[in-house]
Amino acid sequence: MSKVFKINKPAEEGLVGFLKHLLDSGKVKGVMTLVKNDAPVDSAKYSVNYSLVTKSEALGNAVPLYPLMPANAGSLLSDLTIKQPLKEPIAVVLKPCEIRAFVELVKREQGHLDNMLLISSSCGGVYQFDVFVNEDMDKKLPDYWKAVKNLDLYDSLRPTCNGCIHFEPYTADITVDLVGNKNLDKECTMYINTENGQKYIDGMEGKSSEAALDKKPLKEFLEKRERERNQLFSDISDQIVGLDNLINTFGRCLGCHGCGNTCPICYCILCDFESKNHEFSPSTYETELSKRGGIRVPPNTLLYHLGRLTHMSYSCIGCGLCSDVCPVDIPVSTIFVRVGENAQKLFDYVPGRDVDEKIPLTKFEKDEFAEVEE
Amino acid sequence: MSEGFEPRIVGFFCKWCTYAGADLAGTSRLQYPPNVLPIRVMCSSRVDPVFLLTAYLRGADAVLIGGCHPGDCHYIEGNYYTRRRVALLKNIFETLKLDTERLRLSWISASEGPRFAKVITEYTENTKKIGPNPAKNKIFI
Repeated sequence: MSKVFKINKPAEEGLVGFLKHLLDSGKVKGVMTLVKNDAPVDSAKYSVNYSLVTKSEALGNAVPLYPLMPANAGSLLSDLTIKQPLKEPIAVVLKPCEIRAFVELVKREQGHLDNMLLISSSCGGVYQFDVFVNEDMDKKLPDYWKAVKNLDLYDSLRPTCNGCIHFEPYTADITVDLVGNKNLDKECTMYINTENGQKYIDGMEGKSSEAALDKKPLKEFLEKRERERNQLFSDISDQIVGLDNLINTFGRCLGCHGCGNTCPICYCILCDFESKNHEFSPSTYETELSKRGGIRVPPNTLLYHLGRLTHMSYSCIGCGLCSDVCPVDIPVSTIFVRVGENAQKLFDYVPGRDVDEKIPLTKFEKDEFAEVEE
Repeated sequence: MSEGFEPRIVGFFCKWCTYAGADLAGTSRLQYPPNVLPIRVMCSSRVDPVFLLTAYLRGADAVLIGGCHPGDCHYIEGNYYTRRRVALLKNIFETLKLDTERLRLSWISASEGPRFAKVITEYTENTKKIGPNPAKNKIFI
């Protein structure tokens, strides 16, 4: 049984009301959430971005449940807390995979969880940037919420979102019930998962009760998502098996390193692949040319992607940013989720599940993996 | 399986065990194929999987990591981490259907000169059977 808190307002309005209450009552000093920035002229498009807000009036344009991930909030939180823990509490509204990303970063000593109220929701996925930028979102959004209510897959979302099976947050203090909730437009249902969450909810106007989360519709949704996931995997399977196919798939890569730069798990300040370590000297070119008779310039494209796979696939949370920023449409996230799934199975590891669980490569058992030694 | 194909094997050997084992094989005048290019590292856990990938993509026919036997690591537990990394890399290779046979992790202690010679002979024979690394002559690497 978990505690349920209901506010008699549509989900998003209710949540914004709760955030305002937190700020006004002084329980938190700041709120980080998605805020809409209206364009000054009609012909331009509004933008939606994560913002840190300290005055409740500034929450007027807040859209905490907007289905867009302009950046992975996990990395943003890491930027805020990398040097020291927050001294005063803030509330953060983010997607389940963003919490998982942040937990992974905390494990890597890139942030602190102290003084943070994590509010998340069961997640229906987020729009691809392409759709957000080029289409009329006011017309599209109702379709999205309809799909969320009816537990449907929705094709304008990121492919890995439709194939995501971790749509329930693992470590959120408060979970807003969205997926499969038919009363979205009428009331805001929040599940209080931790004592910390309860502390913040006390004093807020609303109805508190005890109820178990109805798992059945979610199970149905999970099955749908799993089918979609397998479909995704089988769609790309012939693009990524064997050296020739890999060279072909990643041959389009421009080397912009956008996938690594947006990746929340790739946290290194100076990436090895962007350092001089992997640059060919003239003499290296000469040896390579004498072997091959020709070489792609710049070289090492495949090494970059395979290298990134060995560095972070076991912690890949599948947020899909890498595919979304790829200018040449390489299905990066699908490949990483595919490879990551096997790697995570190998170590029996779910990234971001628990902050006390160690990263697979930083621990060991004395008797294991005998099959890799010869 | 081409006639006269002599594989090139890149070996990352830990200073305390395998490298010393190689020395012992030499001073004991044991015969083994000259196909290994040894690189001495302070510990087998110094080897980032990217080193192995670099060797593989730049055309090494096979890559060998040699370390101390589990429990004997000079740095107490380095080789346990190595084993996890190799397991991860092999897992990734399996998912992408690349040749896992071109990767090998072997524990060879400082006193195992004959074992060193045996591992190198075995691995060279095996690599000869698989043939040259196809990555060697790809242009779009």
